[in-house]
Amino acid sequence: MLFTVLTGLITSSLLIPFGKLVKAKWSIVLPLVPVLLFVFYLLHIPTILGGTNLVQHVDWVPSLGVNLDFRLDGLSLLFALLITGIGTAIFFYGRTYLKGHPYFDRFFAYLLLFMSAMLGVVLSNNILTLFVFWELTSISSFFLIGFNNDSKASRDSALSALSITGLGGFFLLAGLIYMGHIAGTFMISELFTKHDLIVDHPQYPLIVGLIFIGAFTKSAQFPFHFWLPGAMKAPTPVSAYLHSATMVKAGIYLLARFTPILGHTEIWNNTLLIVGGFTMVFAAIHALFRVDLKGILAYSTISALGVLTFLLGLGTQEAIIAAAVFILVHALYKATLFMVTGIIDHETHTRDLTKLGGLRKVLFPVFIAALLAALSSAGLPSTFGFIGKDLIYEATLHYKTNWTLWLTALAVITNIGLVAAGFMAGLKPFTGKLPPGFANVHLPYPSMWIPPLILGSLGLIFGVFPGYIGDIFNYQAANAIVQTDTAMHLKIWHGFNTVLLLSLATLLIGIVVYFFNKPSERKLAAVERLNSIAPQRIFSIIGRSTMRLSNWYTQTFHNGYLRSYHIKIIVFAEILLGYKLWISGPIHIKWDSLTPLSWYEVGIVAMLLGALYIIVTTRSRLTSVVSTSVIGYCICLMFVFYSAPDLAMTQFTIDTLTTVLFVLVLYKLPSFINITSRWLQLRDAVVALGFGVILSLIALRVLQEPNVTEISSFYGENSYLLAKGKNVVNTILVDFRGLDTMFETVVLSIAAIGVYSLIRLRLKSSEKE
Amino acid sequence: MKSAILQTATRYLLPILLLFSFFLLLRGHYYPGGGFVGGLVASIAFVLHSFANGTASTMKILRYKPLSLIPIGLAISTLSVVAPLLLGLPPMTGLWFEEPIPVIGMIGSALFFDLGVYLVVIGVVLTILFTIALEQ
Repeated sequence: MLFTVLTGLITSSLLIPFGKLVKAKWSIVLPLVPVLLFVFYLLHIPTILGGTNLVQHVDWVPSLGVNLDFRLDGLSLLFALLITGIGTAIFFYGRTYLKGHPYFDRFFAYLLLFMSAMLGVVLSNNILTLFVFWELTSISSFFLIGFNNDSKASRDSALSALSITGLGGFFLLAGLIYMGHIAGTFMISELFTKHDLIVDHPQYPLIVGLIFIGAFTKSAQFPFHFWLPGAMKAPTPVSAYLHSATMVKAGIYLLARFTPILGHTEIWNNTLLIVGGFTMVFAAIHALFRVDLKGILAYSTISALGVLTFLLGLGTQEAIIAAAVFILVHALYKATLFMVTGIIDHETHTRDLTKLGGLRKVLFPVFIAALLAALSSAGLPSTFGFIGKDLIYEATLHYKTNWTLWLTALAVITNIGLVAAGFMAGLKPFTGKLPPGFANVHLPYPSMWIPPLILGSLGLIFGVFPGYIGDIFNYQAANAIVQTDTAMHLKIWHGFNTVLLLSLATLLIGIVVYFFNKPSERKLAAVERLNSIAPQRIFSIIGRSTMRLSNWYTQTFHNGYLRSYHIKIIVFAEILLGYKLWISGPIHIKWDSLTPLSWYEVGIVAMLLGALYIIVTTRSRLTSVVSTSVIGYCICLMFVFYSAPDLAMTQFTIDTLTTVLFVLVLYKLPSFINITSRWLQLRDAVVALGFGVILSLIALRVLQEPNVTEISSFYGENSYLLAKGKNVVNTILVDFRGLDTMFETVVLSIAAIGVYSLIRLRLKSSEKE
Repeated sequence: MKSAILQTATRYLLPILLLFSFFLLLRGHYYPGGGFVGGLVASIAFVLHSFANGTASTMKILRYKPLSLIPIGLAISTLSVVAPLLLGLPPMTGLWFEEPIPVIGMIGSALFFDLGVYLVVIGVVLTILFTIALEQ
């Protein structure tokens, strides 16, 4: 399984060197990747149906308990097949959709990255690895939403999606770590046995809350739903793949995966019921007032995700089966509708429902695909959608509470909305009169309309053989969620009962709504006001304040003035050193241990002070530079007196060169003007004096420490024996600590190259001007 | 700064200072000196020359850009570090010839390491100074 995750990652990175090649001729290799993976997972169906789960273990960071553990059970298999299967369709479709796009290779690199990350999410058996892949899906989604990076709206949507899902990710991580900590394991397969331990823990509500936020942000549940309509700025293949069929279902996957670990409690079920129930009704009604095809699809997707959350909230076996089936139903018809929308957009350059019509005359095969998807979405008998809807109603009707009727009513309202929305997206653009402007719209390459046609037909085929399909795809998935092993069998025909009645009523009312609902900009604006309940505003405020904060930070700490950097560094050092001195206790100076002052030492100190005075008072830069070098030379003399000739020599030459450098730079500076006020000068003086005092105190403090000579005697004894040198300093530099010297020379080289390129590059661009 | 005295002086000072810098490099293992100081002294020699005759003419004497000394120096140091690997010894093991060579004295891998440092220092100092000096 590891290889299936790595395949996409490796192919994605191979697109960096081979991108041009793929763009020009070899783009056919791209869809082969999902095809290969799809076949791989198809071949695993018999194993999983037999009831065995595949596991794979690779050590990664064993010391932290983070390993690459993969596990394939029914639920993972269902998702893996969706990811690779829909991926295959999308890759073929996208290859034509983006033909000739300058960032063609980049697009597929992101898409492959996403596919791998998504496979990683559904296959991980370790919740920390799951989290890593989870974040990777958010990141790749960010790049894909912002793919048209020259459009501001696109960039903003990408950022908003990333911040919402990223924020959710933080909460999720906290929840996962908490949960793993309580259970004492991060392995999902082991967590299954810890259900009671976690559920009875006093912090259980907190863990569930954190994980819910993670799942709800990812799966666009109210009130975090608003990033999903924004994400529709992405190229249509991305919307079809990430934002309807796979990524947004990662939250659903997470909830399903954790049902056996955290579920079956009141908090779990009721929260999911409320959030899912509200989201599905809210979004279904919302979808009806949209005029943008992608907007309709976005809101109906949110509604469908709400349905799934709702079903997981019901938590009965019937509901789980319904969810497992509905995941597949929805992925099939929604991906189809998205791809159809992409074709319409590609050929007519509009997605406005009020302008589109009659396209069946020019895009007939696309119309068939859209019709099949719309019918499945409407749940016409003999489509797979019909089975899905039946199961949903069955689940709500059999849910034993006082609220049974209300829950069923919610499900009916939602489905009426979804029926109408499905027709609006799949039927409306193709019916009626063809506007004259679209007369010469032509069918795109078959590689664009065949994938949606196949997916659309699958909705019909699966619906005709529901028992067979349900056994293959959904039965083990549902079992993985409820952790039992009971047989189930999907049937086309349940006889005349309440469920069938509800289904037909839904269909009829949905069709009526479709005919009478005329979406327009005015109605949209009215509905849009509903959105103000959502904390979208709060998020945008947080976003703006973050910008302001970073702006302030940059202007305060990175203002580009050398003096400002200096003072910050020195003050910071003063605080740290001062604190350390303070806690290290009082300083005792043993005067008798100090060597007596000699007259030349006094002379040098006098020279030092004189030079210092000149630096502070002079009004000429040159004078102050020369005085600084006087100070340097004085220090060299000190080294000479205290028998450190190597240091003295190096300091002399360095000082000389620094002065030269200073003069060279000074030469190019404007003439000196005093811009520091008295107050600032005073502040600088205090900082400088403080630093001097602290360093002197440290020097005195060092004398207090017991004199450790081990190190120096080691070098003294061994420099000739081991390094064959009599100059201890040099043997340390080239032998004992040679690696340090090596890296120091490298650092010096980098500095030189930096100076060279900074100055030369600037020259080049000024030459251009 | 065109000064006949300085120009005449540097004509003799340049070779002498270079010789001195090389002397510092060679004696570093036994007496004060070494590649770093040697390199700095050598750079000072060229800087002095550039002060007297202009940076352009110093660049002419150098023939190659000082930047090119950096990779050469790093390569020599690196070779001296990895050379012991060829003999199956850990990297940075000190290797020495048995007999001292006249004038130079003992030759070992440490000397080549220092030679690398010497060249890198010249390259770095001259690159930085001359780049800034030549910028108009």
